[in-house]
Amino acid sequence: MSDNSLSQNGNSMVQQPRSGKDTLLDARGLTKRFGDILANDRVDLVINKGEIHALLGENGAGKSTLVKMFYGSLEPDGGDILWQGTPVTIGNPAAARELGIGMVFQHFSLFEALSVVENIALALPNPGRMTELAKRIENVSRDYGLPLNPADIVADLPVGIRQRIEIVRCLLQEPQLIIMDEPTSVLTPQEADQLFLTLDRLANEGCAVLYISHRLEEVKRICHHATILRHGQVVRECDPTKETPASLASMMVGADVASVSASEQKPQVGDVRLGLNGLSAKAATPFATALNSISLDLRAGEVVAIAGVAGNGQGELFDAISGEMPVEASMVQVDGKACGKKNITWRRRQNAAFVPEERLGHGAVPGMKLSQNIVLTRHSTGDKLVGNGFVSNAQAGDMEKRIKQNFDVRMSHDDPEARSLSGGNLQKFVVGRELDRKPGVLVVNQPTWGVDAGAAALIRQALIDLAREGSAVLVISQDLDEIFEIADRIAVISRGFLSEAEPAEDMTRERVGLLMAGGAEAQGEVA
Amino acid sequence: MFEAVLLTVITAATPLLIAALGELVVERSGVLNLGVEGMMIMGAVVGFAVANQTGSGFLGVIAAVAAGMAMSALFGFLVLVLVTNQVATGLALTILGIGFSGMIGEAFIGVPGLKIPELYIPILSEIPFFGPVFFQQDSIVYISFVLVAAVAYFLFRTRLGLVLRAVGDNHGSAHALGYSVIRIRFSAVLFGGACAGLAGAYMSLAYTPQWVENMTAGRGWIALALVVFSSWLPLRVVVGAYLFGAVSVLNLHAQAVELDIPSQLLSSLPYLATILVLVLISANRRLTLVNTPACLGKPFVPDR
Repeated sequence: MSDNSLSQNGNSMVQQPRSGKDTLLDARGLTKRFGDILANDRVDLVINKGEIHALLGENGAGKSTLVKMFYGSLEPDGGDILWQGTPVTIGNPAAARELGIGMVFQHFSLFEALSVVENIALALPNPGRMTELAKRIENVSRDYGLPLNPADIVADLPVGIRQRIEIVRCLLQEPQLIIMDEPTSVLTPQEADQLFLTLDRLANEGCAVLYISHRLEEVKRICHHATILRHGQVVRECDPTKETPASLASMMVGADVASVSASEQKPQVGDVRLGLNGLSAKAATPFATALNSISLDLRAGEVVAIAGVAGNGQGELFDAISGEMPVEASMVQVDGKACGKKNITWRRRQNAAFVPEERLGHGAVPGMKLSQNIVLTRHSTGDKLVGNGFVSNAQAGDMEKRIKQNFDVRMSHDDPEARSLSGGNLQKFVVGRELDRKPGVLVVNQPTWGVDAGAAALIRQALIDLAREGSAVLVISQDLDEIFEIADRIAVISRGFLSEAEPAEDMTRERVGLLMAGGAEAQGEVA
Repeated sequence: MFEAVLLTVITAATPLLIAALGELVVERSGVLNLGVEGMMIMGAVVGFAVANQTGSGFLGVIAAVAAGMAMSALFGFLVLVLVTNQVATGLALTILGIGFSGMIGEAFIGVPGLKIPELYIPILSEIPFFGPVFFQQDSIVYISFVLVAAVAYFLFRTRLGLVLRAVGDNHGSAHALGYSVIRIRFSAVLFGGACAGLAGAYMSLAYTPQWVENMTAGRGWIALALVVFSSWLPLRVVVGAYLFGAVSVLNLHAQAVELDIPSQLLSSLPYLATILVLVLISANRRLTLVNTPACLGKPFVPDR
């Protein structure tokens, strides 16, 4: 018996104040199995009208699986979904939209080559004439404080605007339930605030929101109710406004999360180990960002973080530092040696190490074993992996075991293919592979992207420890919590301009947000 | 004189235009079918054979279209349902088509062919200059004119065309929105096959009404290049096809007036022109990137 039916009988329960409202969606015993893995195990979830409902859990806890069943992208193996009291089968996304369920995806489901209005028309059952739809888009988007130009081509737009398109697209379907999967991960703090206002307004209008986020601060701030998943099961329900981010995190993980210690001991800063001198590069493709005279001195012993919204030149900057994109020789210097034109192996031999953003396909070859992936980045860095032109499998295997142990990489059997690891585990592996070398200069792009709280703490602590031993660590990240946790100095990248790196204790979120929204650009142009 | 040259240009360009339009729709949906040459030659031989046996050019054309579609259905099944490699499957389709057509066509070598008649469009065909050039052609040429307009209208003015372009741009998102990627792609592949078959029929029933082994002579490949040349825009395919037709006709006329240039060099002119134009087109990267279907050639497996 759900609390809902009890309340309809008049037996309203004191400890369940939620039952007083109108139930919109009631999932009972939802089960989904992928092979041997039970992704969702008898999940019960009740969403009321006008409620912002948080769905929390670590990576692989089954959040995405659950919402995909609500949106009709996956078929449940067992259990029922009741929509406004009636059992329904949601066979496909179109059926979900017909019921009034809309979704804003984590990885945008937009079509880059199409215009804003075409993108939105694709999601509506009866879009009508394009010119009229364009007018409606303009009105609705302005009305909700998310202005859009319907004729723009998506490829030309920054991520913040792309998310607006997703949200406006969802709003035009006039949904009663909006599912949002990590909506703020690509927004500046100011853009996120605007989103929260919109959500608040929607909730007041009676629309329910199912909100997935790893950012517990914002969950506490905007959500009315939280359901916590662990290993595919509902472990807790709570009122997030009465919890702290730390207590929410420990409910997700099932244990206390170790906090990272960064700024207690002031770092002993040494010589410049990585120097960027007026680093400039033209945009290689129409969708890339040009780098504009970026300068930064990264010294031994410190962690410098580069904040910024995705797509502002982080990838290009990383490519220039790592050697994937050649630039003028003097623009990049490792331990005083000009290497702008040198390749990545040369730079690795100079004791530099690089961890790219995309772990599968860039950081690791999906179809190769972990030990083979170790050989790929460390073949010429004095690890005795290659002798007389032959690869030493024994040595690679030993290193694989060592990295696995030191970085708690969990795997079902020994030395699996990279693709069989979960995202978080693979991230621990690709970061661990480079940290294991104790490099003098480490450049990491998005060290903990999509990694759960426990693993993120481990990686962050390892980065700080490396710096304290006399290395220089450059972290490129979109996660402000992470940046404030580990960085000694913070710089912000915006449209290919980098702001001055300032001591972390002098920085505030507001200031970082302003720099993200173009302040870094203004600073760079003056300089 | 000029009128006559223009007439031959249209004749040379029509099979390229039709095949390229079909392939353009296929590629816009995100599928790369390198089997155009194979489907075309099958269309040519089946069209010739049926017209020869029945004495009806109309039935020949219908049979050619059906043959092209059958070939493309095979390709679509392999590539979309069994998710085989598109490049390899397309190449195999071409090899299969050339070999199979040679076998079917053996009995028809040297057999006099049947030419589908010209249709003079009343009134319009009497306009000086334009009349003879554009309105005293055979029916397949008229079909090619209609096809250009229809494909352009379909792709950029209809909802189904929008969905097709969306599938080619991002099949994952299209699937997430609830569109059937495989069904849309299969339909596009079938359309491409029908066009290739029709282009083949034009070769053996209008352009040179006879059967010669390997008579498409690489036109399927040129059609493929034209799609890239046009940066996936139908109206540019017209420009490309007629330009190419013009260059190949120029070659014949140059030989006729006995220019002091080796004939081999002249015969290679169309191909040189193709390479040149492809290089020029690639200079404008922005335009190419926006119009290039981002999922072109990528396999799609729904996660259900």
